[in-house]
Amino acid sequence: MRVGLFVTCLADLVVPEVAVATVLLLEKLGVDVVFPENQSCCGQMHINTGYPAMALPMVRSFVDSFEDCDLVVSPSGSCVGAIRHQHQIVAQREGDDVLADRVAALAPRVRELTELLVDDLEVVDVGARFPHKVAYHPSCHSLRVARVGDRPMRLLAEVDGLTLVQHDDARGCCGFGGSFAVKNADVSTAMLQDKMRALEDSGAEYVTSVDASCLTHVGGGLTKSGSAIKHVHLAEILAGTVA
Amino acid sequence: MGKAYNGPQPPFPDAARSALADTQLRTNLRHATTTIRDKRAQVVAEREDWEELRDAGRAAKDEALGDLAELLTTFERNVIAAGATVWWARDASEAAVVVADIAARHGVDSLLKVKSLTTDEIGLNEALEARGIDAKETDLAELIVQLAGEHPSHILVPAIHKNREQVRDLFLRELPESAGDLTSEPADLADTARRHLRERFLSARMAVSGANFAIAETGSLVVVESEGNGRMCLSLPEILVSVVGIEKVLPRWQDLETMMQLLPRSSTGERMNPYTSIWTGVSPGDGPQEVHVVLLDNGRTSSLADPIGRDALTCIRCSACLNVCPVYERTGGHAYGSVYPGPIGAVITPQLLGPDRAPSLPFASTLCGACYDVCPMKIDIPSILVHLRAEQHHSRSETAAFRSAAAVLGSGDAMRRVGRAGRLIRPLARMVAALPFPPVRRWTRSRTAPLPAVTSFRSWWRDHDS
Repeated sequence: MRVGLFVTCLADLVVPEVAVATVLLLEKLGVDVVFPENQSCCGQMHINTGYPAMALPMVRSFVDSFEDCDLVVSPSGSCVGAIRHQHQIVAQREGDDVLADRVAALAPRVRELTELLVDDLEVVDVGARFPHKVAYHPSCHSLRVARVGDRPMRLLAEVDGLTLVQHDDARGCCGFGGSFAVKNADVSTAMLQDKMRALEDSGAEYVTSVDASCLTHVGGGLTKSGSAIKHVHLAEILAGTVA
Repeated sequence: MGKAYNGPQPPFPDAARSALADTQLRTNLRHATTTIRDKRAQVVAEREDWEELRDAGRAAKDEALGDLAELLTTFERNVIAAGATVWWARDASEAAVVVADIAARHGVDSLLKVKSLTTDEIGLNEALEARGIDAKETDLAELIVQLAGEHPSHILVPAIHKNREQVRDLFLRELPESAGDLTSEPADLADTARRHLRERFLSARMAVSGANFAIAETGSLVVVESEGNGRMCLSLPEILVSVVGIEKVLPRWQDLETMMQLLPRSSTGERMNPYTSIWTGVSPGDGPQEVHVVLLDNGRTSSLADPIGRDALTCIRCSACLNVCPVYERTGGHAYGSVYPGPIGAVITPQLLGPDRAPSLPFASTLCGACYDVCPMKIDIPSILVHLRAEQHHSRSETAAFRSAAAVLGSGDAMRRVGRAGRLIRPLARMVAALPFPPVRRWTRSRTAPLPAVTSFRSWWRDHDS
């Protein structure tokens, strides 16, 4: 199966370990991963901050890059959510109906990583080992936009040695919200503090998620506060690449 | 209600900062929203047909909005046939004048209020006060807010920001009916309020209400409440005026079947609503003998003309979105500077006032989507907020920053070049992260700054692929 990797801008430029883990994991499972080099960003930051016109070239580059792939996979619930839910709206809004139709044809073939694993590859046990106490933060966009459901938890449950610990108000937003973190820094920080307290109380050694963006915020907060809790993307646990 | 929101309000981030500093407020809100949220989740889960109910409710509202002019005329015809008078108000001040004129014509200088967001929206109490007419709130929480001289902070639970002890102290200070040994037990507080309100119910000649629903085919109005105080106002005085937003109309009597299942479960987490009052014009010898209905536009027709924003007109004011909102839970309602706070308020307020009047509200959300999931009318609030953000006027500096970002993020080539320069950019990025520049500080104050990777994924892939 020829699967195109949509790396996301964050995983390309800031946390490449997430994308590397995704490639190594999929190749281990026998997937033919291709990486269309002209891909760019999903455009969500621009769309959600009120600049849909500036996001249009990103939507176009996504469609141009991946139209030929059987399936597209991305290690981000948020970016996948944006592609499925927002790309068509942006194309229509900017009056490009041809692009909107191309988006509509491609979007159903776009998968968040855990969807590809559980639904298309039909694996939940990827043969990983991670002997640690791990808290899972179900990111809002993975849960309520991409709707990945319990797939991440099912995958984590099969990881050898891993203990999944619960934390209070797990499904509550961590307070990232893209530009919200800067535009409403005080509210964002208040939400972050509640999330960090819940994680500390859970006894977790690691917090994981399917979204590197939330982890940048939560992990950045944990590091700043001197917490011992480390943050890793789910792909890194499944690929066994946690440093 | 208490004071009206007149004039420009402080931007949401500033108002939120003060709210966040109030630890008592945060404790009160967390306790209250979590309780209602859990109760709602429980009673909604009991219904296997919840999704079908949502679809049916939404379909009725969509049908009404699609045929609004026709349904409103039908409603008007039926109301008049039932002996009541119908008024049409273009905006807040027209509506307030209608109500004040009716009171003045009858020499009424004190009237009763049924809890009503629409009358709060038009600043009715202040408008009446300016004409020398005293409007007394009768909903317990509205009474609390009025006595405290505050604004409601929640659509359904206007005094959610206060706990029992704070209410007791307020009653001791403001209500002569309070016993000196008044406790903060709900029964004690309710008893004091009851003795205070009873006199008013028995002596008032006029009441003003809103309505939850207006049924076109019968000309009936519906008020949904929990205390029975609303029913006192709707049945005891001789004159009744109801201010009704034009979006409240439903085509058929039958549609209430759906709404009365959706609304109580979504709003108070109850299976059935305690006091549902329905009236159709005047019933001779029973209840108010002079009945008026004021149909209010106040920005609603412009919302209707907006293909994305019009969804918000299907809102039935249940407030489920407030109770699940992580932002509302931390800031409370006052930070929104509007009669309509929370996620739906962040949509409705700019719609009613115009986008320039509440520019920070569409950004007062992380777009977490919790509101959309609980909305009985399936209003995609995050998408409408994103739509409203695009309608905003952005600052030149922000626009320039986003344009520069787009130049990189819109091109695979540019991203490759930036990625290759990661090692060089890192020290620079570290320096920028250490700057006291406000947008940077707002991130780095509570989190470490993300730095460009030494080796971008694209660079790694080239080696890996070859």
